[in-house]
Order: sequence, then C-alpha cells, then structure tokens
Amino acid sequence: MHNAEVQTNHQAEGIGAAVPRVDAKRLVQGQARYCDDIELPRMVHVCFLRSPYAHARMVSIDTTLARAMPGVVSVLTGADLRAHCEPFLGVLKHLPSMVSAPQWPLAMEVARWQGEPVVMVAAQTRALAEDAVALVEVQWEPLEPVVDPQAALAKDAPAIHAELENANLAYEARVERGDYAGEVARSTVCLSLNISTTRVTAVTLEPRGVVADWDTGRDELTVWMGTQVPHMMQSVLAQHLRLAENRVRVVSLETGGSFGLKIHAYPDEFAAVVLSKLLGRPVKFVADRLESFSSDVHARAHDARVEIAVSQDLRIRAFGVDGLLGIGAYSKHPRGSVNEIRHVVNLLGAPYQFAALHAHVRAAFQNKTPYGMYRGVGHPIVCLLTEMAVECAARQLQVDPVAFRFLNYRADSDYPAELLSGTKLEALSHEACLHKLVSLMDYPALRQAQAKARLEGRYQGIGLATFVENSNHGSSTYGRGGAPIAANDGCTVRLQVDGTVLCASGATDTGQGSETALAQIVAHTLSLPLSAVRMQLGDTASAPVGGGNWGSRGTGVAGEAALQASLALKEEVLRCASVLWDVPQGRVRLQDGQLVDELDGHSLGALAQLCQAAYVRPDLFKSGPVPQLAVTRFYAQRDYDGGIYTNGVQASWVEVDIRTGCVRLLKHWVVDDCGVVINPALADEQLRGAVIQGIGQALLEGCLYDDQGQLMNATMAEYLTPMAGEMPDICVAHVVTPTRSSALGAKGVAEAGITGAIAAVVNAVNDALYPLNGRVTDLPITPDRIFKAIGAIN
Amino acid sequence: MTFFSDLEPDTGLNIALELNGQPVRALVSARQHLGDFVRESQGFKGTHIGCEHGVCGACTVRVDGRAVRSCLSLAVQADGTQVHTIEGLSGDPVVRVLQESFIRCHAMQCGFCTPGMVLTAAELLELQPEPSRDEVREYLSGNYCRCTGYESIVNAVMDAAQTLRKAGDAQR
Repeated sequence: MHNAEVQTNHQAEGIGAAVPRVDAKRLVQGQARYCDDIELPRMVHVCFLRSPYAHARMVSIDTTLARAMPGVVSVLTGADLRAHCEPFLGVLKHLPSMVSAPQWPLAMEVARWQGEPVVMVAAQTRALAEDAVALVEVQWEPLEPVVDPQAALAKDAPAIHAELENANLAYEARVERGDYAGEVARSTVCLSLNISTTRVTAVTLEPRGVVADWDTGRDELTVWMGTQVPHMMQSVLAQHLRLAENRVRVVSLETGGSFGLKIHAYPDEFAAVVLSKLLGRPVKFVADRLESFSSDVHARAHDARVEIAVSQDLRIRAFGVDGLLGIGAYSKHPRGSVNEIRHVVNLLGAPYQFAALHAHVRAAFQNKTPYGMYRGVGHPIVCLLTEMAVECAARQLQVDPVAFRFLNYRADSDYPAELLSGTKLEALSHEACLHKLVSLMDYPALRQAQAKARLEGRYQGIGLATFVENSNHGSSTYGRGGAPIAANDGCTVRLQVDGTVLCASGATDTGQGSETALAQIVAHTLSLPLSAVRMQLGDTASAPVGGGNWGSRGTGVAGEAALQASLALKEEVLRCASVLWDVPQGRVRLQDGQLVDELDGHSLGALAQLCQAAYVRPDLFKSGPVPQLAVTRFYAQRDYDGGIYTNGVQASWVEVDIRTGCVRLLKHWVVDDCGVVINPALADEQLRGAVIQGIGQALLEGCLYDDQGQLMNATMAEYLTPMAGEMPDICVAHVVTPTRSSALGAKGVAEAGITGAIAAVVNAVNDALYPLNGRVTDLPITPDRIFKAIGAIN
Repeated sequence: MTFFSDLEPDTGLNIALELNGQPVRALVSARQHLGDFVRESQGFKGTHIGCEHGVCGACTVRVDGRAVRSCLSLAVQADGTQVHTIEGLSGDPVVRVLQESFIRCHAMQCGFCTPGMVLTAAELLELQPEPSRDEVREYLSGNYCRCTGYESIVNAVMDAAQTLRKAGDAQR
C-alpha cells in the first residue's frame, strides 16, 4: 500500500492541516456532556463503603440502620450480588505463567486493598447515600497486609489469594539471548544501576463514572460512561451479566481525560450496572477524588537492576535486567496488569545494536490498589532503564552521550529489524531524529552555556532519552490472550440527502482530538469542507465493532478504517455520477462538493444533487445497482502482529538549586516520528501534554503508602501533579517515516511524549549533579533525594 | 430537582440570588456546596467538579465579579449575590475573546478544566490587561490541566490579551 494519493491531495482542512478542533466550541462554552451531567427520571445515586484496611476479613456486616434511613433505596453486599453476575478474571491466556483470582464487584469475605468496595448503598442523592454508608456496620478482623512486592514473594509471606498455586507470584518471564555472561566478562565497562520508581496514577480531572439504565420493557441495558473502549465494555458487561451483546448499548460520552485509566472494567462501576438491572431503574455512580485515588488503577512501580556492558571500541555488547513489579491485589480485568513488565523484557535496549540480552522479571500481588494501564504502559520504564544505563556508561567512558548514541544506534537503513527479544520493528529513524534534535536545541551551544553556568556556581544539566513506543497494535497484544478487545476498527460513512456526511466510528475522543482527525480524513478523501462531516464516536448503537482508543491506535487504525470507508464511498459516488449524467466513470472526479467531468473540467452537478437523486429519484439511475451511499469498512493492522513501533528522542535542560534541592525546568525538546501527521497541532499537543505527565512522574508524583498498606496522600493537595507555574515550554519537531502497513501511513502519537520525558529529565538532573558526584536512581526526584545523592543529608 | 430529596426540610434554608442574570429563589440544604447547587439544582453543567477540596479549579464560577471555587463555597453563602457560570458569560467581552483564543490556540483537550480555566484567565485579564507569560502561568497555577501541559493555554491567554488590547485601541 502507498501513501501517494493521500499525500498529494492536501486541502486547507484535510490531512496535514492544523485546523482547530471540531468539538472546541462546546468545550469552551461548558456545553460538553460528561457522565455526571446525565440526569434521568427515577435515577438513584450510588456510594460505596470501602475497606479501611489493606487486608482484612469481614466477620459480619450489619446494614439494618442504613436500610432504614429515609431516602435509601437499597443496600447490597457482595453476597447479594453474587448470584446476578460473573466475576472478573484478569488473565491473558497467551501468557501461560500469568495468574489471578476471581474478582467480584463487591469484596467477598476478605478485603484485599484499602479502598476496595465492600457495600453498595443506593439513595435518592449521593449525599444521602454517603450518609447511609456511615450507618453500615462492619466487624473487621484485620489480617497481615502484604505491602512490599519483595516481601510478598518471600516463602513465609501470607498468600493474598489462597487458591493460587505460587502464593503471590502473578507472572514471571525469563529471556536469555546470546552469550550474556561472556559479553559481560569481555567488556571494558560493565555497570549496573538499581532503579526504583514510585506508583503513580493518571489523575484524570474528570473522575470515573457510569450511568446505567436497565429497560425492563425492552430487556435492554444502556450504559453511559467515560470510557476509551465502548465495544470492550459492551462485551464485558454482556458476558458478566449473561446478556446478549445486542441488548447492551455502551455510549462513551465526552470524557475528561483517560490516559489508560479508563480502559479497564472496574468493580464499583460494574456493581452500579448490576444494581440497575436489579432495580429496573437508572443508577449513577461517579467517584469522588478520594475514591479515585484509592480505586483508579495505579502504575509504574518498578524495582529493577539494569546492567549494560560496553566493549573497548565503545560498542554496547549486552543489556540485562532483573525486575520486580507490585501489581496490587488483583490483575485488572480484562487486560491484565503485567504488560508493563512485558515491555521491559521486549524493549530493553531497543534503539541499540547489541549481542546479548538477559531479562528476568516478576510481578507480585500485594495489598494495594490494583494496577493497570497508564499512558505508555511499560515503555517509559524500559526507556528509563535503557537511557539511564546508556548515559551512565557514556559518562564512565568519558564520551559525549550524543556521540555514544550515534555510535550504537541501529542504523535507520537497517529496518525492518528484529530485536534479540523477538520484537519486530517496522521502520524507525533514531539517527534522523537525533540529528534533528541536536540542531533544534543547538546542543553544542547548550553545553557551552552549561559550562559557563557551572563556573558561576550554578548546576545545570542536559539529559537525553531515545525512545520507542508501540502503536497500531495487532492481535498479539490482547486478542490472542482471549480478551474481548477488538484489534480492528470499523467505520461507517453515510451520505445524507443534502450531500452532508455522517461518520460513525468505534473510536472515542477523550481529549486527544480523534473526532477532528477522523473528520479531516473523511473530508479530505471526499473533497468536502470539514463542516460537511459530522462524527458519531463511541456509541455501540451506531458504530461498527472496534477497539476504541488505547495504545496510540486511534488515528492509525480507526483513521485507516475511515480512509478506506471514504475511498469506497467516493468510488460509489463516481459510479452513480457516471450513470446519472451518462459520462464514462473514468472521467468523473469529485472536487469541492462538485462532480466534475475531467474532459473539459465542467461541473456535472453538485454532490447534493446526486444524493438527492439517489434517494428521491432512484429511477434516474438506469443501469447498475441502486445507489449505495453508505459504506462500512474495517481495518486491522496485520503486517506486524506486535504493533507498529514509533520512535523519537527528547532532551531536557534543568537547573538544580543545591541549597533547596529543587529542580527548575528550563526547556524541553521533542523530536517524534509518528509517520504521516494528520493534524500537526493536535499531534504536538499530544506530545506536550504527555511530556508534562512524564515530568510529573520524574519530579513530583507518587502514591505514598505506609507499611500497613494505607495510601497516605489521596487528595490533589498531597498527590502533586504539575502546575502551570512550574512547567517549561516544549519545543516539538517531527521526522516523518510513514508506516507501509496502511494507506494512511499514520502511526500513534499519544504516548510518545511521556515515554521519553521521564528518562530525559532524570538524565538531566543527574548531569547537573555530576560535578557533586551525585546520582539519583529513585523516582520521583524530590529535594530530599537530591540532598541524599549529593551527601548533604544521610 | 435533587435538593428536595435531602429530606431535611427543617434544615433547609431559603436563598435568593441572581444566577446567570436571572433571579433565583431556592430552598437549599445547609451543607450543599455552590457547585452542586448550580449543577444539580439549577442544571448548569458547565461547572465541573474535579476534586471537591479546592485544589483543581475546575469548579470555578464568578460570584460578584470574582472567580470563586464553587466546591469551597456553600450555596447559602451565595444568598444575595450575583453568580455567573460559564453558560451565563458568553456575552461577556473578555470571556468571549478568551473562548475564541482557546479554540484558535488548541488550548484544551478533554475540556473538563476549560470553563474554570477561562474564568480564572478572565479575572487575570481584567486585573492585568498586559500580563507576561510568567504572570499568566502563575495566575493559572491554581487551575489544573492534566492534558495540555499548559503551554497552549498560556498562548491562548496571551492571544486574548492582545486581541482585547487591539479592540481597546480601536475604540479610542
């Protein structure tokens, strides 16, 4: 397939144009509709009693007082719901060593994390439901909490799930390729780093929520929710409520941020949906911020020892990793919670040529909030491990980190390539990206500025990070594991009587701008103004089955489906025009809403005329089939089962105040290769927003637990997310290597920013601390960690 | 519609205020915050509830001309005031120009923070029509955006400030 046609036909609002978002007006006017904005007649509001302990048995539950409170509609325990649903089980069958235990919507007998839903109260208002929750009496028998993942794997550790064979071991993988021990023994420099990252959570500004409405007359369930994956939720809800999928409609509303947090099935949301079926009336659950912190998925808590071996000629010879991940009390349904650690194995050292790989990784259950996907999943971690090792090695070898990277990159001309781990990469451009970055940031001048600052007693640092990031996933990510997650996307494009277009897609827009990008693709292909295309996203009632938005696949996969549907519709329009106006089909062209005879360039008529005739006067079409002015096409990326990888490089420039331990971010640069860019403004904003989240994890964010498994900072005042006043401006540039797996040529861009940012910032801080012999290896880099690194405190 | 069902008429309080230019009389529960009042009782859903402890700024409304966190104000405190939510400010010249700049500068992604961000920015431009980028960043630091990274929002506020200055110069 080729990109030629779509690339030569640029229009002012089409592919490649930085048009404003088509949904922007409703967002700035406060007219967008989020889950909590839905009000339905007879709707009840749900609140949960959540476990105050990380690990405890429920000896008894007394709901008498709560039930008797005026305004309360129902009070249900896990035992009450059990007969009405099937439990979750977050395992992927293609990963044989992966295990988890059945998870019910409300805890049964034992609560396994602080914040696990235990009792559900429904009342006429949320405030009343909260009042009633306070009247529920649970007699708890605290059990020993298993908090630290290393301790969780100790022989005498209490088993969190008694039924599992290997106690708290959730997943284990080993990969050995090449002569690892020999390469290490022969190397000139072999260094290892122990790197530890703190759990973070995505903190979507809109909390999770669901409104469920079981229609007893139609035997039909409608669920409105802020989700990235309406069709996955349709399958999950149908399966776990034992309903047919065509009786379950999931509508993804305007969603106030998602970042992977909203691609999971959550027990509290599921409990609210079950309740709607039991009550036969609408039920709303919207998490408050405390509930969000203790029940939204957490991510990125790695303890890893990474090793790099370099030979005398400055060539990287081997990478090794021993990694441990604590995934919380359950593996998350239906995607599982071990993908982060899989990426660490699959992508360690990915940008570089080397001869031997060692990887041994484990995931452990612990009494903490269940773990799940967060933007980039394991890519930011494996980038951090790789790029910290690379910069430390360059430092030890006294070679410039840019030169060291150029020396060791796999050449851009050597793709497609297969890594030692077996991961296949289609077409990457590390060399081109680094060349562009060096000139974009004026690297030599910046090093001079750094040296000058150092003479003035200021500690500035420059850090780089080369990254790879998956997108346009094939079936191997989930489908092979049996999870009900489509690898394809479908798109239906319909012409109305007046020649305007309705386009339905299973993609969702949770802020990325998918609605705009897909509309641009359709408008471009049909040669129409953007305003002539209306999108209907994320409603299972109108969209063909599709994977939705995750893994940077929205534009690349759903976009290609939109392109193919539009191209097919255009073909049919040209055929119809040729019949209607009696012109050979090869001579008809669609241009700016007109059908044009290429022979002399004169207009045969408007698209609107053609549509009107097709619907109102089909008798005018004397030959061939009745006009078919609606087309559905599916696209799935099948060339690379593991996905189409993107790449790029980032740089961070910081100044560390060694008196306060504070890091000031001076500037940040990104060069990204996401293939064909549909809307440069949207792509750049995806990168910038993701970089800021990466900076957050590098310097600020962390879910802080005590040794009893209590989350200590579950408010936005105490869990620090980046604020406007402390963030830098971010300079973005692109290298364009289109994927040949689609006609559109677009790869993903939503996660690349966060994937490289964490490592770039950490490397910059450590570059600044080098003159003080300091090195920070634990995240986030708080002032006390800087003081410890430079020996100012113990 | 929902405040009635707090089922505590003895603790209900009567308030009278002007909401988005219209007189409103309501019986409210003493504990109801202003954000819930405008959303649930009055149906103005453009005010978004993000954290309910005054940190994120998504619930920002205008009370007697000042930007206020509606999750930290009780509905009863709004008695006798003029309250504006984003829905009631499309005619406000500063807000309208800001909205246009936000659209032009791609200064939103999910949109959840946007109404609060616009109202805080409007307050800034009324107090300081020629802010520096750093002043904009500082003033908006109480409004969290998890999507954009803030740069485009700063661009939009600077763009709006310029537009408003040009309009002001033209009038003189």
